[in-house]
Amino acid sequence: MSAWRSTGRVHWGWFFTAAAVLLLLPLVVDTHGPTVLLIWALFALSLGLMWGYAGLLSFGHSAYFGLGAYAYAIAAVNVGESTLPLLLAVLVPALLAAVLGAMMFYGRISDVYMSVITLVVTLILFKFMSATAGDAYRIGDARLGGFNGIPGFPTLNLPGSPEISLFGTPTYYVCAVALLACYLLCRWVLARSFGRVLVGIRENEERCALMGYDVAAYKTAIFTLSAAMAGLAGCLFANWAEIVTPSVFSLRQAAEVIIWVIVGGLGTLVGPVIGAIVLGMVKLLLGEQTTFDNALILGLLLIVVVLAIPRGVVPALQRAWRWQRQRSRHAAANPRRRLGGAAEMRR
Amino acid sequence: MDYAGVVFLEIVYMIAFLALTSAGLAIVFGMMRVINLAHGEFVMLGGYITIASARAGIDIYLAMLVLAPLAVGIWGLLVERLIIRFLYGRMIDVMLATWGLSLLMVGAVSMIFGTTAVSVPAPIPGYSLGSFQMGGYNLFIIAVALLLMAAMWVVLRFTRAGLIARGAMQGPEVVAALGYNPGTVYMLTFTIGAALSGLAGGVLAPLTGLLPSSGGAYIAKAFITVITGGAAVISGTLSSAALFGFVNQLVSFESGPVIGEIAMFALAVVLLRLMPQGITGRFFRGGT
Repeated sequence: MSAWRSTGRVHWGWFFTAAAVLLLLPLVVDTHGPTVLLIWALFALSLGLMWGYAGLLSFGHSAYFGLGAYAYAIAAVNVGESTLPLLLAVLVPALLAAVLGAMMFYGRISDVYMSVITLVVTLILFKFMSATAGDAYRIGDARLGGFNGIPGFPTLNLPGSPEISLFGTPTYYVCAVALLACYLLCRWVLARSFGRVLVGIRENEERCALMGYDVAAYKTAIFTLSAAMAGLAGCLFANWAEIVTPSVFSLRQAAEVIIWVIVGGLGTLVGPVIGAIVLGMVKLLLGEQTTFDNALILGLLLIVVVLAIPRGVVPALQRAWRWQRQRSRHAAANPRRRLGGAAEMRR
Repeated sequence: MDYAGVVFLEIVYMIAFLALTSAGLAIVFGMMRVINLAHGEFVMLGGYITIASARAGIDIYLAMLVLAPLAVGIWGLLVERLIIRFLYGRMIDVMLATWGLSLLMVGAVSMIFGTTAVSVPAPIPGYSLGSFQMGGYNLFIIAVALLLMAAMWVVLRFTRAGLIARGAMQGPEVVAALGYNPGTVYMLTFTIGAALSGLAGGVLAPLTGLLPSSGGAYIAKAFITVITGGAAVISGTLSSAALFGFVNQLVSFESGPVIGEIAMFALAVVLLRLMPQGITGRFFRGGT
C-alpha cells in the first residue's frame, strides 16, 4: 500500500529544497501573506496526521486552533512576555483533547458520534467566547471581550528578552521553522512502531485490539498530539493577526481545514500542507473580488473532490506517477508484452 | 402563576421548535443512515422562499405551507440524484459532501439575496397572559409541530408507503426482492425529508428573520436532537426534543439564553458518551 510505504520516510532532497525556498522567499515577496499560509499549512498538517494516518476525523478541529490562540493571548496579557504563553498555547488544547479523546475512545464511540461530539464541543467554545463581553469575564488582566475578542496582547519575543519582540519577517521564519519541525516530528512519530500501530488501527481496529494493543490509548495519544500542533498553529495565528476573536472557533474555520486536508490528500503529510497553501492562496485572492462568494467556490470544490477524488489530489498524482513509471519500465524490459505489464500493475 | 404559564409555554415552544427543525434530518438519518449537514441550509432556503413569495404578494400561509416544502423538496431531489446517491454507505463522505453543499448554498444565497437580514411580520398577533405579552405565532408553530409528528406517525405506521419505507430501512435486500427498488425509496425519502426541512424553514421564517448563515443555527440543534434520539424516527425525535427543549429553556430562564444553549450542547455530549446508540437505541427498541 502506498500510504504504508511512505510512512516515516523523509525525502531529504525535497525537504531541503522546500526549506531553501522558504528561506529565500522573503527576498522576493512581502511576508505577510506567506506567513499566514504557513500557519494554515501547520493547522492542516495537524488534522492530516490524525485523519490520514489514524483515520480519526475531527469535525471541530478549530476548537484546538482557537484554544491555542486564546490561551496565548490571555497568558501573554498576564505574563507580558511570550515563552510561557507559547507553552500554554500548546498544552491547553492538548489537555482538552486528552480528556475529550479518552472520554470518546474509551467509550468506544463510533466515528459518526465522534464527529458530532467534536463539532458540538467547538460550538460550545464558539458560543461561550462570543458571549463573554463585559467586565465580568476576565482571566487575570485579560478581558475576553465577546465578539470583539482580545486585541493588543504582546506578540512573540526572543525567549528571555521581552524587549525584543518579533514581527514581520522574523515571525515568518518562526512559522517556517515551526512547520518544518512539526513535519519532521510527524514523520518521526509515524516511523516508530507507534505510527505503524496507528495505521494498523485505521486499517483494522478489531485485529489490532485482538493483538493486544490498547487501541483507545493510541487514539487518545494521536488526538492529543494533533491538538497540540493545532494549538501551536493557533498561537502563531494570534501573533500574525495581533487579535483573537471567536471566529477562530467557527464552523467555517473547521470546514476550511477539512477541505484543505481532503483536497490535498489523505494518508500523506505533504498533501494537507500543499492543500492549505494552494487553497489558502485561492482564498486570499478570492477575498479581493466580489463576483463570486468565497463559500460557494469552497463548497463546490469539496463536493467535487469527495465525489471524484475522495483520497485527494496528491495521492492521486502519486499513483498516476508511479503507474506511469512502472509502465515505462515494463515497456523497456519487454516491449512486446504490454498485457503482462498491465496485470502486474493491477496487483 | 402567570410566570409558570410563560415558562411552560416557552418550554413547549422550544420542544416544538426542535421537533420541527429536526424532522427532515431525522427521516433521512433514520431511514437511510445519511447525515445531511446541509440540513440547516435546507431550512434556511425554505425560509427565504417563504419571505420572497410573501413579498411578491402571495398569501403567506400558502407560501410557507405549500411553496416552501415544494421548492425545497425539488431541490432535495436534485441533490439526491446529483450527489447523495453516489455515496450511500459512506457515511463520512456524505457528511463531507453535504458540508460542501451547505457552504455552496450559503454562498449562493448571499449572492442572490445579499448578506443583510430579511424578515416578514408574523401573521398572528400577540396576546397577553396576565402581565406578560406572548407571541401568538408560537402557538401556531406548536400546532404545526404536533400535526407534523402525528402525520408522520400515521404515514409510517398505517400506510403502504410507510410500510415499504420501514422495510427499506430494515432490509433493503428484502424490499428489493419483493419488487421495490431501494434506490427509488431512498430518493423519495430524501425528497420528503428535504420538503419537511423546507416546511420548518417556512413556518419559522416570520419568527426569526433570516440571514444566509442562519442555517448554522439550526443544524447543530437538529443534529444533536436526531443523533441523541437514535434510529427510531418519531419516538427518538420527540424524546430528545423534549429533553433538550426542557433543559435549554429552564437553564435559559435561570442564567440567560447563551448558557441555556451551552447546557443543551454539554448535555448532548454527555448523553452520547453514555448512550452511543441514542435514546431509542437504549429504551424504545423497535419503535418508529
